[in-house]
Amino acid sequence: MTDIAAAPRQEGGLGALVRHARYVIGENPVTGFAFALFVVIVLAAAFGPYLVPYDPLKSDTAVTLQPPSLPHWFGTDQLGRDIFSRVVVATQLDFTIAVASVVLVFVIGGLAGVAAGYFGGWTDRIVGRIADTIMAFPLFVLAMGIVAALGNTVQNIVLATAIINFPLYARIARAEANVRREAGFVEAARLSGNSEWRVLTFQILPNVFPILVVQMSLTMGYAILNAAGLSFIGLGVRPPTPEWGIMVAEGAANIISGEWWNAFFPGAALMVAVFCFNLLGDGLRDLVDPRRRT
Amino acid sequence: MILKRLAMAIPSLIGVVIVTFLLTRALPGDPAAYFAGPAATPQAIEQVRVKLGLDKPLLAQFGRYVADLAHGNLGTSLTTGQPVVTELENRLPASAELTLLGLFVSIVIAVPLGIVAATRPNSLIDHGCRIVATLGVSLPVFFTGLILVYVFYYLLGWAPAPLGRLDVFYSPPPQVTGFYLIDSLIAGDLETFMAALKQLILPALTLGIFSLAPIARMTRASMLAVLSSDFVRTARASGLSAYTVIITYAFRNAMLPVITTLGMVFSFLLGANVLVEKVFAWPGIGSYAVEALLASDFAPVQGFVLTMAVMYVMLNLLIDILYGLIDPRVRLEA
Repeated sequence: MTDIAAAPRQEGGLGALVRHARYVIGENPVTGFAFALFVVIVLAAAFGPYLVPYDPLKSDTAVTLQPPSLPHWFGTDQLGRDIFSRVVVATQLDFTIAVASVVLVFVIGGLAGVAAGYFGGWTDRIVGRIADTIMAFPLFVLAMGIVAALGNTVQNIVLATAIINFPLYARIARAEANVRREAGFVEAARLSGNSEWRVLTFQILPNVFPILVVQMSLTMGYAILNAAGLSFIGLGVRPPTPEWGIMVAEGAANIISGEWWNAFFPGAALMVAVFCFNLLGDGLRDLVDPRRRT
Repeated sequence: MILKRLAMAIPSLIGVVIVTFLLTRALPGDPAAYFAGPAATPQAIEQVRVKLGLDKPLLAQFGRYVADLAHGNLGTSLTTGQPVVTELENRLPASAELTLLGLFVSIVIAVPLGIVAATRPNSLIDHGCRIVATLGVSLPVFFTGLILVYVFYYLLGWAPAPLGRLDVFYSPPPQVTGFYLIDSLIAGDLETFMAALKQLILPALTLGIFSLAPIARMTRASMLAVLSSDFVRTARASGLSAYTVIITYAFRNAMLPVITTLGMVFSFLLGANVLVEKVFAWPGIGSYAVEALLASDFAPVQGFVLTMAVMYVMLNLLIDILYGLIDPRVRLEA
């Protein structure tokens, strides 16, 4: 009977959802703040390259390693490039990597998990085995190994980040599909002559979907951290491309001699983005599934 | 019970070996041409192919790979010419010392924080605990490390330069365990002990901050659950002191779920270790793998991934066994 509790979400329609969203944001202003921050990040990712005051790739040897000032808000790096422009432009790449990897694992992990939970048997065993094998590795180390083996490109960073998140999505999707397998509305659909695949696509998937979307926003932060970590050790993104992880790596050498801004601002941007996604994920979870609130 | 759990680790190990094997075969381009070197003639490449067994079917290659592993052969590094196993062996103590101290630091901070937060829900310290936990997972570990270096080395001058395990003026203590802290104590050399400790503090603190969040969160949640249980109420009603109730009655029971999260914490720690080693120029297996990776030297990377995975499986095994020893209920169920 648990599925009845989940049903009103759809019955209320969009208006109810908006009311509920307003209520949740009103209860928890932090979520509203995180959402505003999220909008800023999306805008920076979309329009950043057109807004920044300097060319992020153009070096200027006259102003190398300048501390933050009025013309250069975040200072300049070892080649005299404007760090503010580079940090803003980098949003696009970091955001794209995170979104792409999360969408990829959403599709693959979600489908595999739903199939495993719905069909059970061999499908379940195979998906479970794959997930267990991935979980047997320390995840960041596995991502390193995958990028090293498949080739040092941005696409493979996306792929590796998706693979290490696979067990999480597959398990959640499996559990949710498994609960609904024998539910009344599924039985009814089956009795009215729908094929198994039709039931899976039109009855099970739409119900598992919102839970996985919450999971997406919860793992976005981890995906960005992972991608930036890989590029920090020199994988995937290559200089002079502006990307937060690689910028921190380039600025690391200057920390010891006191030029903190070179590594600080890209690192802080990374931190703010991850913080924003984590808060937003928690807020979205409250919205979709108030019972799991902590 | 322990035997049964040992048997359960075997499929994980088999999975790990299969994945690392597939990773070796997924190398971009022709592995034979790669191992023969850039100036090799077609005949030389063909020779290498036969020598490495790459002309055989995939299953035969896998058999050969497993046989090599069984003999402790992980291949040879192209850049140093050293067998990968020797290098990993030499560098493992550095990584292990750092990781374990990092875990120690995070437990020492996170467990009391979680307990205090749970005993005073919605107090200032509870909110503080939540903020620390959320910040801890949001901070990129390499960024925390660099900030600590800037503050404690450049600004305050308290910490030594982040360049390895020991200042150049000191020589490493005679090797017994490979852990500088323990070895220097065995040798009775306090000066070296202090020097090694100074080098260790910042990287260990970095790792500690990173892994603090899950432990603090779990301690708080499980303490809250235990504190509202009947036996704690009974203990309180019997007039036991707050200390006895919290530490003797609640804490011991609350620790069980925390021990299970240690598995996840180790997954974080072993990954973060690689990044921290790069920031602090720590001569461990992580920085060995990173150097090899940048030089497109794949044998060390694969050896590293395999070593880490095997260690991780073993750690999980150890945690489960520990859990069974501490909690008799798990044994009864099994």
